[in-house]
Amino acid sequence: MENLFFKYEKKLVESGLAISGDPLLGILDAEIEWNRRDGSQKIFEKVFENLNINSLIFSKPKEPYYSIINYLAKISGKAIRPSDCETRTFFHDLPVSLEFSADSIISMLKKRKCVIIQGHGIISYGTVSIEQAFITFSSVCFSCFVKFFSDYLSALKSGRPNNDFINIFEKVSNFTAPPPHLNNSLLKSPFYTDKEVFSAICEAGSLLVGLKLVDSFFGNISFRHDDTLFISQTGSSLDELDGCIDLCPFDGSSCACITASSELPAHLEIIKRTGHKAILHGHPKFSVILSMDCGIRDCSSKGVCNIKCPFERDVCGIPVVSGEVGSGSGGLCNTVPAAIIDKPGVIVYGHGIFTTGADDFNLPFTNLLEIENACYREYFKRVSNPSAAPSQLGF
Amino acid sequence: MFGWCGKIAEINLSEGEHKTFLPDPEILLKFIGGKGLAGYYLKNHVTLDWDDPGMPLIFFTGPLVNTRSPTSGRMTVMSRSPLTGTVGDSSAGGSFGTELKKAGFDGIIIKGKSDRLCGIEIDDGEIIIVPASHMAGMQIGLAGSMLKGKGSHAVIGPAAENGVLFSNIIIDGHFAAGRNGLGLILASKMIKYITVRGTKKTKISDPEELDKARQDIFRLVSASPVLSGNYGISKYGTAALYDLMDARRMMPSDNFRKSFFSSARLMNASSLKKKYRPKDRGCRGCNILCKKISGNGTIMPEFETLSHFSALIGNTDIETVVSANTICNETGMDSISAAATLSCFSEISGKRFTPAYILDLLNDMAYKKNEGEKLGKGAARYARTTGHPESAMTVKGQELPAYDPRGAYGMALSYATSTRGGCHLRAYPVSHEILRKPVATDRFTFEGKARIIKTCEDLNAVVDSLTACKFIFFAASLEEYSRVFHAVTGINYSGQDLIKTGERIYYNERMMNASNGFSAEDDDLPARFFNSFGYEGKDMTIGPINREDFLKARINYYKARGLDENGMPLTETANKLGI
Repeated sequence: MENLFFKYEKKLVESGLAISGDPLLGILDAEIEWNRRDGSQKIFEKVFENLNINSLIFSKPKEPYYSIINYLAKISGKAIRPSDCETRTFFHDLPVSLEFSADSIISMLKKRKCVIIQGHGIISYGTVSIEQAFITFSSVCFSCFVKFFSDYLSALKSGRPNNDFINIFEKVSNFTAPPPHLNNSLLKSPFYTDKEVFSAICEAGSLLVGLKLVDSFFGNISFRHDDTLFISQTGSSLDELDGCIDLCPFDGSSCACITASSELPAHLEIIKRTGHKAILHGHPKFSVILSMDCGIRDCSSKGVCNIKCPFERDVCGIPVVSGEVGSGSGGLCNTVPAAIIDKPGVIVYGHGIFTTGADDFNLPFTNLLEIENACYREYFKRVSNPSAAPSQLGF
Repeated sequence: MFGWCGKIAEINLSEGEHKTFLPDPEILLKFIGGKGLAGYYLKNHVTLDWDDPGMPLIFFTGPLVNTRSPTSGRMTVMSRSPLTGTVGDSSAGGSFGTELKKAGFDGIIIKGKSDRLCGIEIDDGEIIIVPASHMAGMQIGLAGSMLKGKGSHAVIGPAAENGVLFSNIIIDGHFAAGRNGLGLILASKMIKYITVRGTKKTKISDPEELDKARQDIFRLVSASPVLSGNYGISKYGTAALYDLMDARRMMPSDNFRKSFFSSARLMNASSLKKKYRPKDRGCRGCNILCKKISGNGTIMPEFETLSHFSALIGNTDIETVVSANTICNETGMDSISAAATLSCFSEISGKRFTPAYILDLLNDMAYKKNEGEKLGKGAARYARTTGHPESAMTVKGQELPAYDPRGAYGMALSYATSTRGGCHLRAYPVSHEILRKPVATDRFTFEGKARIIKTCEDLNAVVDSLTACKFIFFAASLEEYSRVFHAVTGINYSGQDLIKTGERIYYNERMMNASNGFSAEDDDLPARFFNSFGYEGKDMTIGPINREDFLKARINYYKARGLDENGMPLTETANKLGI
């Protein structure tokens, strides 16, 4: 199990989710193995004994997540309820416990994939792989971040946030920074071989994660080469796409891409409508936060904004559309393709950004970066002056 | 009582009578329904011979059946398998389970033996046994047409009547209760068919909560590429997996001597769709609609059938696959076992197949003619009687399905540990090893797989007990289904409580098999997988499985499952699980 321990501890640290040496990782096959000794092992051994799980991660999240999660845990009662799309779909809510005991942890984990122990950290588990525990840990951090900054903006608009909220906001804002600019270009078209296409996709994926625009599992990428769409696989890690790219022939002659990203229907339709070859999709935080900042009062779609929005909205001039993951009638495959034509990108409500490029990933990458940059700036502008008119395209 | 009817029918054919009884509520909580309850009621009889009149044949629904719970229109049929001697069970679709609940029964237990061919007709709580000699030898379609107006029907075909050890019970014309020879149990009791219909509603504790839980599940289904994607099961049926198995070089070919079929691209789901333009059909109350049927009623082969009737037997004619599937369905034979037995026959006899020869042999199997008489006993018996036991690609006597275990080690372990013999559905590791759900696992390692296989066996045991379809668990989990269970029954079980119930159900099956002498010796794979390559190419190599690693993983599995080193149940574990 040493390789797995090394891999996921490294990912937690490099993603800025935990401090090196802090994460406790356990994997159970016939016996439990740990990445290190820890005083809380006894508690977690009881957790393993009582739940049908095979892996577990416990760690104090790194700042700003620690302060954010603790604050939300304190004010949310038994569960934090983020409203971003991924959390609503895959996690429902995030249970909170004040007690750091085996019984309390077991009772919470019986119902959900994770538990937040106020003042201690996050516990997440996997049933078939520690990767599930990592994804859950990462998702808790992401969704709490988005919720915290969304709620703060809402609180400002509806009055004055309480002092505690303001203090935490000021503290955690110092940990945020706009995404860096791209200094070098990505691989340039034309790409003649499959290998060149794989390289271009892998490079774009790695850079999205490397620049901390998104966490590993928050996005997907595709490229059209001749009559085939090369697309990242479902549940693949953007910074580990080698061997995780499906080939999807446009003539439908093969179903081998059944493991392609959930967003394959959207990618196919975008290619068809725009004639572009390269598509990037990621979940950078401030774009997601601002997509949910809607000033329209008394809306008939309140509460279901993620599925249908009767208004044409934009953030910094970038269209914001409704739509859920995948292919249902409320799926984003029905909204993004039409909205993205002749635009630098589209933001899906509470979800993330799509950008496209005619020939390679340079333009979509730059656009995604700049949209997030614009949203970052716009967020803090709105915080400093909540009643000011929203900005138009900021780049 | 919410969810359950609280009533079970017991039919004694020897006496020509029936009675109903109320199950102990504690037993319902411990075994839930479907596979769990069927196992509970089978256990005390499981050491009888399969054709002993006292051997029960059991049909059980679950508490979610006949409600708006997603994919709940299923049931379990169980007895002792004539093919393997193990527990023999099958989760079957169609409308039978739903109609059984509507008729007021959670399940029916059939014992005894009729002195002539009969049918059992259940109509809103009324049960009658009627003569059916006039239907002797009838194929499934014709028998079904004679039962029109009587509700859902479970029918056997000529294969069961002629003693084929892998004969199926066919529900509503094309949903098989397959694999273990359950059709032969029905035949041994001289039952040609069972019909059922009813009008009762199942009481639900919290309909509003059920609606919310349904929405959560549907959202996950929409997000699932395997189910709802452009190339998913909803659009292409399970045949959608065919290209993936080819791409992963784990498509069993030439009786598992290779794991690659060079003509695969001509035989896939896309080719089927183009040629037959099938429509979407499904089980009662299901929105996945994985069943594909052409305009003229031709049933499209499932993935396993498509793969085995092409790659495994070296057939490159897609029409022959469809015809073979039709013969299996109409005569009531398990298509996986039939094809695997043919490939075993080909290896031993050295005979190559033409399309006509394939179809002739299948008919000969079903009608006990010529070489077909021996082949109807399955690959293991055929190979043994011809002096080539090593050519039977079976586990515990059941023919292996269409995933080469050298290409996925979790599958290798789960084939071996399956309580009903060579079966992919007990742990269904295809989900994580190939389809990347809930996340991808390394298919070429046994590391961690013991615990994973045990957990997934428990999961699927409870899924088959609620009942629901395993496919929806490519998207949803017990986290969502525990909400459904709570909304329907009012019982506050968490996902982990449910999986603990699954552990009890599976352990009960291990105990039944142990009482019939099954041990570690039987939890094994054919030697071929440990000493030969499946595929050697520039793109990848599918090599033999390291036997030491396999044996170590099996020992780890026994530890994780709470068995002794010989795979036998421990009193301590049984007590802990409340068995």
